[in-house]
Amino acid sequence: MSNHPLISYVEEARWRGMSNKQILDSLISAGWQVHDLTNVFLDHIEIFHEPITTESKENIVTVRNISKIYNKTIKALDNISLDVKRGSVTALLGPNGAGKTTLVRILATLLTPEHGSARVAGFDIIRDAQKLRSVIGLAGQYAAVDESLTGRENLEMVGRLYHLSALSARQRAEELLQQFDLDDAGDRILKTYSGGMRRRLDLAASLVVRPQILFLDEPTTGLDPRGRFALWHVIRELVKDGTTVLLTTQYMEEADQLANKIFVIDRGSIIAQGTADELKKQVGGDVLELHVADRSFINEAVGVITQFGNEVPHINEDTNIITMAVTGGTSVLVDVVRKFDVANIKINDIVLRRPSLDDVFLTLTGHTAE
Amino acid sequence: MNHTLSDIQVMTKRNLVKFVRIPQLIIFSTIQPVMMLLLFTYVFGGAIKTGTDEYINYLLPGILVQTVLFGAMMTGIGLVDDLSRGMIDRFRSLPMARSAVLAGRTITDLIRNLFTVGLMTVVGLLIGFRIDHGIFNFLSAVALITLFGFAFSWVSAAIGLAVKTPETAQVAGFIWVFPLAFGSSIFVPVEGMSSVIGTFAEYNPITYTVDTVRALTLGLPVGNNIWFSLAWIFGIMIIFVPLAINRYRAIS
Ligand SMILES: Nc1ncnc2c1ncn2[C@@H]1O[C@H](COP(=O)(O)OP(=O)(O)OP(=O)(O)O)[C@@H](O)[C@H]1O
Ligand SMILES: [Mg+2]
Repeated sequence: MSNHPLISYVEEARWRGMSNKQILDSLISAGWQVHDLTNVFLDHIEIFHEPITTESKENIVTVRNISKIYNKTIKALDNISLDVKRGSVTALLGPNGAGKTTLVRILATLLTPEHGSARVAGFDIIRDAQKLRSVIGLAGQYAAVDESLTGRENLEMVGRLYHLSALSARQRAEELLQQFDLDDAGDRILKTYSGGMRRRLDLAASLVVRPQILFLDEPTTGLDPRGRFALWHVIRELVKDGTTVLLTTQYMEEADQLANKIFVIDRGSIIAQGTADELKKQVGGDVLELHVADRSFINEAVGVITQFGNEVPHINEDTNIITMAVTGGTSVLVDVVRKFDVANIKINDIVLRRPSLDDVFLTLTGHTAE
Repeated sequence: MNHTLSDIQVMTKRNLVKFVRIPQLIIFSTIQPVMMLLLFTYVFGGAIKTGTDEYINYLLPGILVQTVLFGAMMTGIGLVDDLSRGMIDRFRSLPMARSAVLAGRTITDLIRNLFTVGLMTVVGLLIGFRIDHGIFNFLSAVALITLFGFAFSWVSAAIGLAVKTPETAQVAGFIWVFPLAFGSSIFVPVEGMSSVIGTFAEYNPITYTVDTVRALTLGLPVGNNIWFSLAWIFGIMIIFVPLAINRYRAIS
């Protein structure tokens, strides 16, 4: 592969001082497809990596200009860049198909991006993939545990594959079973486990070697509220012990509860980032939410409230709920109720509340997350 | 690299546990060849002219090869099963040897095939099969049979990893195996077949292997068949081992 004509072309171009970006652009304008290039350069893919100059000790993950294109057509990630601080909980928040799983799989060395570069825990995700694998933990979107083994056997197997000794693997399995409240079920075959137990075991399996960074892809999807709460607790404990967590979620509340920093992803791009509070401020002021008694009132109600807000109200025709960002505090509430009285618009409920992340999403994208 | 062997061992053990825990997997893959054995011995046996004394002595070597061939097709199905359950993702995110998943799977299927061959031999002995020409000859035959199965495990692995869904793997795994098995000397001598099929059967790797096994168990001269059989086996492995590994690497 090293005598491939493209390689010598690239080497010469670099020697002439062209940047990787310029080289790539020149190849693309010469008619090469990005996809072809990565196939050719699978072993030399670093050629196309932008050097990461802003890498700092405090960031455990640095992602630069990553794009992922499936089957040459589906652009799942479009030029994503982000940093994750060591010791933080960072959330990737986005609706179905936003590209969350794709990004996590790239960072966990399961997928190769078509363009861009990333370092995790000091390792390049492509060049140092094998070394990187020994310091990360991954709990994917669907629990990856072996149905025909017991919980304990699952954990021991993973421990052995991390190359722990048989004894250490056994001890670690025991510790984890206790930590995740699975010690009673540890010797049962997984067929008898509930969904929540499987999730916990999957999480335990991703913690066998105490990873520097833990990737959790929708860790609480499919759990009941109690299971979700218990898992949040576990994640907080892990962070207390110094593990960095990068999680994905579709739930605004989850990101709000757990994350120091949130990246909102929609259709493969980051559309907003910040703490939960910073994101809420983007909505500006409070949210007026009203529930009209009948859908026939919707148009009239919207007409009335528009003058109080600085943006177009959002209407949910299924629930007859209208929301709108307003400034001006509680006096708005009084004024709206008065005008509704005069216009004879019947409402079931009206509240003024702090914006939720749902509102943020609505403001940013113009559509709801779910 | 020193971890590769232990990784393969861990994977093999994990796969074998599954066969012990879910005995149906072995029972169903054994029932079918046992039925074939009984059916051909008692229903068609009288009508088939093979030139040997008892048809069972002719048939069993064929059935054994057929059994490992069909058994080898489970390799791809097992891999795709792991793939669709996300287990392969888990393994790929671990610092284990990349070859261990495939090696563990094919070695497991080799062990399982060895077990079924033993079981089939016992059934054969019960209905009249005789090991009259030395245990060494018989064990050589078993070695060739399992090696043959091992080679086809890699074919199955490559196919499974190419089609990626359990249902397709099942169909794609067997669709070409049936004509291959019936266009061979498993059940009847090649000489009795029509000319086109006969030619196909003559060069069929199954025929070379079955004929070698038969010669060994019947105490006949092995001739060149064993070399043709081994050439096929290694030829298949030279092509399909890298192909399967490639497909595994390309999983995303
Ligand atoms: N293997 C694949 N082949 C082709 N397209 C894919 C593949 N995986 C994902 N996609 C597409 O890429 C886009 C991003 O998918 P991804 O799974 O990363 O989204 P997500 O944010 O994790 O969504 P969800 O919340 O549903 O899990 C989607 O349009 C999806 O259809
Ligand atoms: Mg996902």
